[in-house]
Amino acid sequence: MSISVKNITKRFGDFTALDNVSVEVPTGSLLALLGPSGSGKTTLLRIIAGLEIADSGSVLCQDEDVTHHSARQRNVGFVFQHYALFRHMNVFENVAFGMRVRKQPKKLISERVRELLHLVRLEGLERRYPAQLSGGQRQRIALARALAIQPKVLLLDEPFGALDAKVRQELRNWLRRLHDEIHTTSVFVTHDQEEAFEVADKVVVMNQGRVEQAGAPHEVFERPANPFVMDFLGNVNVFHGRVQNGRALVGGLEVDCPEYPHQESRPATMYVRPHELEIEHSPNGAASLKARVERINSAGSIAKVFLLAVEFPVGLNVEISPERYGELGLKAGDTVYVSPRKVRVFVPEYVI
Amino acid sequence: MHNAKHTSAAQQFGMHRATHRDPKLVQWGLTLAALLTISVLIVIPLVNVFYQAFAGGLPTYWENLVRDSDTLNSILLTLAVAPLAVVANLVFGLAAAWAITRFQFPGRSLLTALIDLPFSVSPVVAGLMLMLLFGLQGYFGPWLQEHNWKIIFSTPGLILATCFVTLPFVARELIPVMEAIGPEEEIAAISLGADGWQMFWRVTLPNIKWGLLYGVILCNARAMGEFGAVYVVSGHITGRTDTMPLRVEKLFQEYNNPGSFAVASLLTLLALVTLIVKVLLERKTRLELAEAARVVHTPGEAS
Repeated sequence: MSISVKNITKRFGDFTALDNVSVEVPTGSLLALLGPSGSGKTTLLRIIAGLEIADSGSVLCQDEDVTHHSARQRNVGFVFQHYALFRHMNVFENVAFGMRVRKQPKKLISERVRELLHLVRLEGLERRYPAQLSGGQRQRIALARALAIQPKVLLLDEPFGALDAKVRQELRNWLRRLHDEIHTTSVFVTHDQEEAFEVADKVVVMNQGRVEQAGAPHEVFERPANPFVMDFLGNVNVFHGRVQNGRALVGGLEVDCPEYPHQESRPATMYVRPHELEIEHSPNGAASLKARVERINSAGSIAKVFLLAVEFPVGLNVEISPERYGELGLKAGDTVYVSPRKVRVFVPEYVI
Repeated sequence: MHNAKHTSAAQQFGMHRATHRDPKLVQWGLTLAALLTISVLIVIPLVNVFYQAFAGGLPTYWENLVRDSDTLNSILLTLAVAPLAVVANLVFGLAAAWAITRFQFPGRSLLTALIDLPFSVSPVVAGLMLMLLFGLQGYFGPWLQEHNWKIIFSTPGLILATCFVTLPFVARELIPVMEAIGPEEEIAAISLGADGWQMFWRVTLPNIKWGLLYGVILCNARAMGEFGAVYVVSGHITGRTDTMPLRVEKLFQEYNNPGSFAVASLLTLLALVTLIVKVLLERKTRLELAEAARVVHTPGEAS
């Protein structure tokens, strides 16, 4: 079941939580709403679920307009950030709740609950209460409870937000496998770009109530639409310079910028990811910045080198492979040359 | 070696404790003062109520309660008025706590403050306010008389006065409990397809039941013991509008000490039962609140 969200606007008093947002969720896909807190992603999820009412715009399920349907009519499964399990009900009753309020026959309920507990690999815990479960177990019960109503759509609000790093990673992989098994159209909210990239088929980056960019994870990462997306999706080095005649200049560094062929010189910002910078002992002819090594962190799968440009005061984060790090034999205080393999230049909108 | 170390540690511990201990004299002095105060102010009067009531023996006690038809009437009246006031405040308290903890609306803090008003207004003033509204000279008095409805000097007035005085109890108990529990489970119930009633009966009520019961118990104790407001609106018609506390006063004024203390002992007994139930429920609600406030996150294995 596909979902289309069309031109949704939602205000809370003076605060605009969503500003004319449109999102398409293809049938059977797993989509991530990614953004910093306050970007409106949870509000959007709640509007899709029918738990919040939009000021304007519409929500379509397949081709049916469900904008004015109640949460009950929409039949969506919702998984809450803090699980929201019913504390006075045991696991069985929690999972059965959606079917009980729909007055389904007892035999069907107990069959389906057993099936779901098997699916989330928590058989045998029927009589436990939420307080007796670990965080990861609670999250999976919350998921089983949402799936019990055989939802057309599954919505997850920061599903792994309250878990510690290791459990998070495991549940992430597990959710992806589960989705491949059941193929329910799913949307999940996260502020963790790594999580979004690892789990989702499609990522929608949101900021201040607007959609900044939507696309497959690699598309969004490789071709960020604007500085916000670039900045939000991981570490980045920012340089302020000027553009003119298809060239961008920052200090002694000069790179191509075909997006701006005009003759008039304008300020521009250049973004380079830490792993897209190369360190050399001597200038290799390519555009490079002279810099001094300040600090090195070689613990981990990559070596992180922090440098300070010599000609103008700008710090640089560079990530190189341990092999390369060994080859260079870097130490703090060395003077080296840093050259970018790939640069993104964003010229601010031309304002008259 | 090991032994020596152990002893020195014990000595250190002992010294450490000694420095934090008050002198024996202060300890005993304070304990004695506390016991004395409690005895004089609470225990002795309490025991005396029962002593006076049973001074003439158990048969006389029983006679004083049941043979006197006016006294019996006052007991029955209290047993009718108090539960009705409790039910009214149960409904009001639930609705008010729900509105205050689950919705944002203009006048929300005003409502919260208004709920507390009966605590700060003297019960006598509350009674007079009712007289001013429903009494013969009051705003609605003539209209009520025209339609032959009696509120002041009859049972409806007693119920109204008791309701006003006990208004805050249920709401006051429920607001913190419902705030601590939060709306998440209710929203989850709605997202799973429950309608309003299903949500209330299956999710909200089981979560707040102990707090609710606690509020009801307190409300009931106050309703049974209410004197001031009821005194004003009742008109003291013996056998018709005298509730138990009013009857105690009247018997006492008539120098019928055994009768007065017999009714008083019954009220005291109700208070003691309330106290015990309250202590038990307090423990329950405390656990409930602690459970609600507990951080949801507990680290654990995923598979």
